[in-house]
Amino acid sequence: MNKAWQNIRADFPILDQQVNGRPLVYLDNAATSQKPQCVIDALTHYYEHDNANVHRGIHTLSMRATFAYEAARERSAKFLHAAEPGEIVFTAGTTDSINLVANAWGDENLKAGDVILLTEMEHHSNLVPWQLLARRTGAKLRYLPVVAGDSGALDLAQLAKVLTPDVKIFAFTHVSNTLGVINPAAELCAAARRVGALTVVDAAQSAGHMPLDVRAMGCDFLALSGHKMCGPTGVGILYGRKALLDAMPPYRGGGSMISNVEYFESKWAPAPQKFEAGTPNIADVIALARAMDYLDDLGREAIAQHDEKLAAHAYARLAAEIPGIRMLGPAHHRSGVISFDLPGVHAHDVVTMADQEGVALRGGHHCNQPLMRKLGLSSTSRASFYLYNTEEEIERLVQTLQKIQKFFAG
Amino acid sequence: MQDLTDLYQSVILDHNRRPRNYSVLPTANRVGSGNNPMCGDQITVYVKLEGDRIADVSFQGSGCAISKASASLMTVNLKGKTIPEAEAIYADLHKMVTTGKVEDDNMSDLAALAGVYQFPARIKCATLGWHAALNAAKGDEKPATTELPGD
Ligand SMILES: Cc1ncc(COP(=O)(O)O)c(C=O)c1O
Repeated sequence: MNKAWQNIRADFPILDQQVNGRPLVYLDNAATSQKPQCVIDALTHYYEHDNANVHRGIHTLSMRATFAYEAARERSAKFLHAAEPGEIVFTAGTTDSINLVANAWGDENLKAGDVILLTEMEHHSNLVPWQLLARRTGAKLRYLPVVAGDSGALDLAQLAKVLTPDVKIFAFTHVSNTLGVINPAAELCAAARRVGALTVVDAAQSAGHMPLDVRAMGCDFLALSGHKMCGPTGVGILYGRKALLDAMPPYRGGGSMISNVEYFESKWAPAPQKFEAGTPNIADVIALARAMDYLDDLGREAIAQHDEKLAAHAYARLAAEIPGIRMLGPAHHRSGVISFDLPGVHAHDVVTMADQEGVALRGGHHCNQPLMRKLGLSSTSRASFYLYNTEEEIERLVQTLQKIQKFFAG
Repeated sequence: MQDLTDLYQSVILDHNRRPRNYSVLPTANRVGSGNNPMCGDQITVYVKLEGDRIADVSFQGSGCAISKASASLMTVNLKGKTIPEAEAIYADLHKMVTTGKVEDDNMSDLAALAGVYQFPARIKCATLGWHAALNAAKGDEKPATTELPGD
């Protein structure tokens, strides 16, 4: 591990605090990550020095803001190994990106009888937009199942059966936010391409956690959220192959997305501006680019190894130390998301009690209700790790869960 | 700092472990359901209404210790009450879990829920079963949900 890793916790001012009298152990990174000082500084610097509207001013500040905004697009293209910056659309986040595809691509290209293929482990944000699209167009939804049991793996043996030529688009998550499963994205994209289906990869849980190369992956669209990868809230990216973006109609109308407006007709700007109507989220886009620098200084391969090591350690420690615990997801080769069920203690009680010990967990259905039902659970507790978490924090988690178990056993 | 035993009083832990009237009520003539879409918790309440009196009441469902214990306490406290009496008890309970103030002495075992007010995220858990029961008793077919205003 390189020098950037030394003293990494000092990069995140928020971690240095007590919650309910105990040092904070933040294990809710799958919901949102914390922000390093450099990202906070990028936001402050922008508002203190450069704030102006982009693309429509010719004064100095506006040019500075425009330059930084478009530099962030170039940075993002590099981050994802896109072919060109024009393949990067700034959005409000993963949810917004997926809705953009479902609306702009979906309404134009789907008709009754076409099939939208999803998997059984999708987040509601990669599910509901497709349900709405199906309702608008008469297209049908179909699901690639998850294998029986608690490993959470996709049932790839079923892939050929569900991925038939009537599938026009296949949307799947790269990493499950509930089970920590890493899906074989390149393999799934290749299979889709063979039947002529486009692919949408939900990279919300992978973008800040592992190297991403959209061309090696072979996806057509990819969605991510800045706030889960050390960046600010309210900003995300839709990557789309340029030819596809060029052919798509706009999603929302307004300023900035036009080349010429008449009273009854308008002409669109080329992609990606066509999809960025109105004043964009300039400050957060610029800060997101700074987050990408931060992650690349650490090295995304090293981050992935760190996550996996912590997850494997946590999985083993919890399984060994907490009698009766039901661990979900794979034991190895997983992301830093660990979901579990403590028999006899509801997830919300686990989370409330852990909070009293300064340990931030999440409990609930994790926007994954259909999968929960399939697992026979209404909710789980989840600990999710990121680059600043440590093995000592996992010990705090273990001790906390032991305490909770004892409390509820009475 | 709040103390966990304020929230999880022994009465709550006991009702969570051994919920009272936790069954389907075969004689029920009203059924109400409640759900918390934020966490996926779900509860069904069975009411046997005689005139405007809740002659019998039971519940089933999945939920946290607070929602389970509160629903269990609801069945114990509403059995035999008229609808206006039940509404008055709920009004006191609602005040208690939102302000921490125990209004009158006959809150008895319900006072165990007073600690909930220190945990605002959990107030909905404490009121869900009551909503479902009152809706059922009053003949409101709509499922109770924690996401409507004025819980
Ligand atoms: C797998 C996955 N997809 C999509 C989302 C939605 O992201 P956002 O709420 O930032 O749009 C999340 C966030 O919880 C997620 O974990």
